[in-house]
Amino acid sequence: MRRLIRATTHLACALLGLGAAALSEAQAQGSGSATMDAARARGQLLCGMAGNVPGFSLPDSQGVMRGLDADTCRAVTAAVLGDAAKVKLVPTTTQNRFTALQSGEVDMLSRSTTWTLGREGNLGLMFAWVNYYDGTGFLVKKSAGVKAAKEMDGATICVQPGTSTELAVADFFRLNNIKFTPILIQDLSEIQGAFLSGRCDAYSTDASALATFRFSQGPKAADLILLPDIISKEPLGVMVRKGDDKWFDVVRWTFGAMITAEEKGIDSKNVDTFLTSKDPEIRRLLGLEGDLGKALGLDPKFAYNVIKQVGNLAEVWDRNITPMGVPRGINNLWTKGGLQYAPPMR
Amino acid sequence: MSDTAIDPRMSGRAAPKRPLRLSWSDPRFRAIVWQLVILGIVGVIAWYLAYNTHKNLEVRRIATGFGFLDRVAGLPIGEAPIYYNPAESTYGRALLVGVLNTLKVSVVGIVLATILGTLIGIGRLSKNWLMAKLTAFYVETIRDLPLLLQLLFWYTILQGLPPPKTATDIGGVAFLSNRGLKLPMLEWETAHTAALTAFAAGLVGTWWWNRRARLAQEATGERPAVWPVACGLLLALPLGVWLVLGAPFHWEIPVLRGFNFQGGGNISPEYFALLLGLVTYTAGYIAEIVRSGIQAVHLGQWEAAGALGLKRGAILRHIVLPQALRVIIPPMTSQYLNLTKNSSLAVAIGYQELVSIANTTLNQTGQAIEGIAVIMAVYLTISLSISLFMNWYNAHIALVER
Repeated sequence: MRRLIRATTHLACALLGLGAAALSEAQAQGSGSATMDAARARGQLLCGMAGNVPGFSLPDSQGVMRGLDADTCRAVTAAVLGDAAKVKLVPTTTQNRFTALQSGEVDMLSRSTTWTLGREGNLGLMFAWVNYYDGTGFLVKKSAGVKAAKEMDGATICVQPGTSTELAVADFFRLNNIKFTPILIQDLSEIQGAFLSGRCDAYSTDASALATFRFSQGPKAADLILLPDIISKEPLGVMVRKGDDKWFDVVRWTFGAMITAEEKGIDSKNVDTFLTSKDPEIRRLLGLEGDLGKALGLDPKFAYNVIKQVGNLAEVWDRNITPMGVPRGINNLWTKGGLQYAPPMR
Repeated sequence: MSDTAIDPRMSGRAAPKRPLRLSWSDPRFRAIVWQLVILGIVGVIAWYLAYNTHKNLEVRRIATGFGFLDRVAGLPIGEAPIYYNPAESTYGRALLVGVLNTLKVSVVGIVLATILGTLIGIGRLSKNWLMAKLTAFYVETIRDLPLLLQLLFWYTILQGLPPPKTATDIGGVAFLSNRGLKLPMLEWETAHTAALTAFAAGLVGTWWWNRRARLAQEATGERPAVWPVACGLLLALPLGVWLVLGAPFHWEIPVLRGFNFQGGGNISPEYFALLLGLVTYTAGYIAEIVRSGIQAVHLGQWEAAGALGLKRGAILRHIVLPQALRVIIPPMTSQYLNLTKNSSLAVAIGYQELVSIANTTLNQTGQAIEGIAVIMAVYLTISLSISLFMNWYNAHIALVER
C-alpha cells in the first residue's frame, strides 16, 4: 500500500513537472498577449456585457444573447479563436463592470460604457473603439406635457447609479440653473418600473437605450416621448486592461476589419465570392496575401472569420438596432456622413 | 465583596513561580511557541495580502489614495439631511450624507422595531386566542420571507400611490403621493432653539431633583414629589422662554408647483419602504427574543407576585420584564446590528444610504479599495458603538450578586 502511494506521488510530481515545462514552452511561443494566451488556453473568450438592454444585449426567445454589444464580443472571439460560438458572455452591472475587467474576470468589456478621460486615466483601463456614438436623453410620459428638457424644473428623474448619465444630468440641471430630484436604483428593471409607475417624471440614460426601451413597450410606446434634447456626448466603447497592448490591437483591428468590409461591400453572405478578388486591399483583408494576421498574433484569415461568422458593421447594426426603430445617423460610415472610419489595413 | 471570596489562609501564599525552561516539556514554553507561530502566520498572510494588492494596483496602473475625498463629487443625491450640492460638495461630504442617511434609518428603525417587537412578543403570550394566533402568524410569515423581497414588495406598493397632481390631501396641510408624504414644517427661529435649550436644561434639572428625592427617601423614608418639579422644568420652562421671545409660530405648508410639491418636509417612498421593511422584519425576530425572555422567568415569580395581589400587567412591568431583560439584551444587540447592516439593501430600492453613495463614488473615481474601506470603517464604528452601549446597559441591569 505504502509503495503504491509513493509511486502515485512520484507520478504526480513528474506530471506536474512536465505540465510546468509544457506551460513555459507555450508561453515562450505565445502571442505576446497574456490575455490572448489565456483565452486560447481556456478555449473561451470572456466578454463582459449587460444582458438586459434591448438592441445591445438581451436574450431572445431561444435564450441566445442578441445585440450590438453581444455581437461585438462574438466578432473579437471569431478573430482570436476562429469560432464566434466560443464566446462566454458574462453579465455585469453598471457598478461592477470596471472591477470585473480590472480583476481579470473578463477579457474585455462591451457594455455600453462611455469613453471618458476620467475612466481612462483613473481605472487602469482603456477604450479600444467606439461601437455606438450616443448621447444622454430623456424619456417622459406624454401626459406630463413636457416638450423640452429645460421645462423640467423640480422634476424627479430616474437614473442608474454609477453611470456617466448620472453626472451628465447633474451638469445639465446645474448649467440651466434648475432643480431636480434623482431616484437612483441599480437594477435596470426596478428603475424602469419606477418610471412607468410614475415615481419619476422622466427616465434618463443613453438615447439609444431609451429608444429601445420605448420600443420594447409595444403598444404602450405611444404614451412615451423621447425629448429632442441630447444633453451630452456618450461614445459607447469597448474596453480592455492597460498593459496588454497586443490585446488592445486585436480588439481595435477587429473593428477595423468590420468597417473595411462594409466599405468594400463584403458581408457574411458574399464573403466567399471575394476570395478570388483581384483588389489588393481585399486580398490583404481576407488574408490571401501579406501577413496582417500574423502581425496581430492572429490567424491570417481572422478578418474572414469575423465577416463570415458575425458580419460587417452594417450587418451588425441592421440585425440589432434597426428593428428598434433607431436610424443609423452618426454611426454610419464616414463616407455616408457618419463617424465610423477605419485606418488603412495594410 | 470580592475580598471575602478568598480564603484568608491562602492570602499571601501565591503559587510558587517556576522559571521558564527552554524545553519542549515545559507547557508554558510550548504555549508561547505556538502563539508566536500562529501570530507569525497571521502576520505573513496580512503582509502578503497588502503586498499583493499594492503590486497589482501598480501593475494595472490604478491610482490609489484618499485624495478623491476632496474632489467635487458631481453626483446627485435625492435626500440629504445636511446641505449638499453636487456642483460644489466633495466626495467626502457625499459619503457623510450617506452615513447620516444610514443613521437616520437605523436609529428610527431600532426604536420602532423594539416597540413593535416587544408588543408582538407579549401578544404571543396573551391568553386571548385570536391575539396569540395572529401574532404567531405574523412572526412565522415575516421571518420566512427574504428581506429583499419584502423591501421590493413595500416599495412597489408605495409606487401605487397617486401622482402629485391627484395627491391625497390630509387636512390641507399634508399630502400623500408617489413623491412621498409631504408634511408642513415649522419655520425654525432663534426662539425655538432657545426653547430647546431650556428643555435640555430642564432634563438635567429633573434628573438632579430625582436623585435628590431618592437620597431623601433612602435617608428619611419619605419621598419628595418629583412630578411637579418635572412638569415645571420640562414643560413650563421651555414654554415660558418661547413666550418671552415672542412666541413665533409659522408653518411652511407644501404647495404643488410644477412637477412636485415645494416647501415643507418630506418622507420619501424609498425611505419609508426601507424603514417599514426593516422594522416589520426585525420586529419578527425581536418578538421571539422577548417571548423567550419572558418565558425564561420562572413561573414561581408570576405566582408569588400574584399571591401578593398584583395585577397581571403590574406583574409583567415590575417583576417579570426586569428579570427578562437580562435574557433579552444580549440577543437584542445582534438584532440591532443586523438591522443596521441590512439597511444596505436600500441599494435595491433607491434610498441613498452609505453603501449606495459609496458604490457610486468608487464607480466614478475607480477607487474601489478605498471605497470599500470607508464602508467597512463606518459600519464597524456604528456596530461597535451599538455593542458598547448595549454591553454597558447589560452590565447596568445585570443581577447584582452578593
